Amino acid sequence: MAPIAIDGVRKVYPGPVEAIPNLSLEIADGELCVLVGPSGCGKSTLLRMVAGLEEITGGEIRIGGRRVNDLEPAERDIAMVFQNYALYPHMTVYDNMAYGLRNRGVPKAEIRALVDEAAGILGLSALLARKPRQLSGGQRQRVAMGRAIVRKPQVFLFDEPLSNLDAKLRSQMRVEIKRLQRRLATTSLYVTHDQVEAMTLGDRLLIMNHGIAEQVGTPMDVYHRPATRFVAGFIGSPMMNFLPGRVAGDGRGVHLPGGWLLATAKARGHAGRPVTVGIRPEHLQPAATGTDSDTITLRTELIEVLGADTLVHGRLDGHDDTVIARLPGSLQVAAGDNLPLAAEPGTVHLFDETERAIGHV
Amino acid sequence: MVERRPVMTVVQHLVLILGAALFVFPIYLAFVASTHTGVEVSRGLPLFPGDQLVTNYGTVLSDGIASAGAPPLGLMLFNSTVMSLAIAIGKIAISLLSAFAIVYFRFPFRILAFWTIFITLMLPVEVRILPTYEVVAGLGMLNSYAGLSIPLIASATATFLFRQFFMTVPDELTDAARIDGAGPLKFFRDILVPLSRTNLAALFVILFLYGWNQYLWPLLVTTDESYYTIVMGIQRMANVGEQQPVWNLVMATAILALLPPVVVILSMQRLFVRGLIEVEK
Ligand SMILES: Nc1ncnc2c1ncn2[C@@H]1O[C@H](COP(=O)(O)OP(=O)(O)OP(=O)(O)O)[C@@H](O)[C@H]1O
Ligand SMILES: [Mg+2]
Repeated sequence: MAPIAIDGVRKVYPGPVEAIPNLSLEIADGELCVLVGPSGCGKSTLLRMVAGLEEITGGEIRIGGRRVNDLEPAERDIAMVFQNYALYPHMTVYDNMAYGLRNRGVPKAEIRALVDEAAGILGLSALLARKPRQLSGGQRQRVAMGRAIVRKPQVFLFDEPLSNLDAKLRSQMRVEIKRLQRRLATTSLYVTHDQVEAMTLGDRLLIMNHGIAEQVGTPMDVYHRPATRFVAGFIGSPMMNFLPGRVAGDGRGVHLPGGWLLATAKARGHAGRPVTVGIRPEHLQPAATGTDSDTITLRTELIEVLGADTLVHGRLDGHDDTVIARLPGSLQVAAGDNLPLAAEPGTVHLFDETERAIGHV
Repeated sequence: MVERRPVMTVVQHLVLILGAALFVFPIYLAFVASTHTGVEVSRGLPLFPGDQLVTNYGTVLSDGIASAGAPPLGLMLFNSTVMSLAIAIGKIAISLLSAFAIVYFRFPFRILAFWTIFITLMLPVEVRILPTYEVVAGLGMLNSYAGLSIPLIASATATFLFRQFFMTVPDELTDAARIDGAGPLKFFRDILVPLSRTNLAALFVILFLYGWNQYLWPLLVTTDESYYTIVMGIQRMANVGEQQPVWNLVMATAILALLPPVVVILSMQRLFVRGLIEVEK
């Protein structure tokens, strides 16, 4: 059990490619922190630096207070689960799990006991004599987990461990990983590009973009108070609607396409300047018919019925991009209708020209 | 390809049987010849086995074929086996290690090392035979097993095969092994070599045959009959100057000379085929 400290870490690949310019993150003992971000943003790079598989160009990484920059992976007391599992194909399930223990000189009887225990936890006891190729994808995944937990390391590192599984198995394993991590209370770093996985698994999320930490926070934080426009767009599905706005000269509101005026004093510091207004589809609600300045009228173009919800795609006057609203499934609406909508209070996000959040209205 | 037409099946089998017969026929003739008396064979090749099988093979194996102008057969078979094994194992060991170094380590002049190895491909023994002889003679390795095998080992023919194979081994496997505390040599021994098993088997067969069939080099470095290889022996027996070669004994020797390679192929084939059926990964 150990906290992880990532302190001003930088990574430059030969080329040179600066994958991570400068990143800091503290992960508390027993916490599960999820690294999430688009492909190529440096998630694996960061994870592999913690693992010791990739050299650290600058900064420092500490595990349990011990500086590990110059330690071999095996000396860092970590275990890693890979996307393609990386099981040794010629070894049995038992040997796959025992290999790391043997290399550490653990006595035979103890290895037996440890492997049996791990296999029991993961339901692998009947499969110990099989080779990886005789296992299903889900079983292989379990063996990869088993290989990680059998050593009782201080830190678990996961690099997209579920992305090779089908949707059903993925959600099942997700729950299982969460349960296992809770039970063992091992500090974990989990890489994924799946936001559902990120939201459901993480005690905290680190959202990365181009090697930069956009925001660190709990799932609730990043959903309700995204720090940047990138985070706002990345978390949530369907994606948040972004509308171009301009702060009124007196700073008392924001003018939006379609004659909508968002009354707020939060953007006072930006009077007269352009801002971006973000509203999640699920935070738009049908409004009473009218031409109040706090309602917008959506010219609906496409209706997607999901059952519980209905996704309405449409456009606003004076704005070209599609706007999506997630409305109750009971609502009767047809393509071509003009639909008056209003935003739930407290769910509208304002971003300045540098795409940082100004406030939430 | 699944063909359900019986005519095609018959044709396919005919073609295969014909092809097989074409390859087997010379060996059959040799075998038949080895079961007759010398006189019968010299009158023209018989087509059916005779009754001299035990006598001929007995002669060849026991008092040797000294009469036919060569050292004892057992010794020659032994020499050939030692040489072929040394070549096969030596080449595999060198190739495995050099491919391991080239694929997994970043060292200065790595590319140069790679190309140097590549160049050895263009220099088989036949091309470098005189300088090699000079060196071997200078080192006093004439008439020795070392002289027979080392110069033939010293080319990394199979390095490329292993390099190619190692490059298909997923990087994550290397990473996993590092996390599991396996140093480079442990990784090599516990993971790379076992994974290369089928390649090893195939290569062992090929290299064993390569060694077994060597003729020119053994001829050059051995003057002492006790280091003659079987291939040389057969040649000596067939080439006895004024005298008529004792064809029945030559053929018996040839058949016996076939046996070790056949044993190697058959025993390795099992592993080889199993490797092909059970696709790893
Ligand atoms: N060995 C390397 N040499 C040079 N550049 C590299 C190397 N490995 C990764 N990169 C670059 O570093 C950046 C981050 O890569 P990384 O693998 O960490 O992304 P990722 O977030 O894990 O993406 P994905 O979700 O696709 O796995 C990418 O731009 C990539 O091109
Ligand atoms: Mg990655």
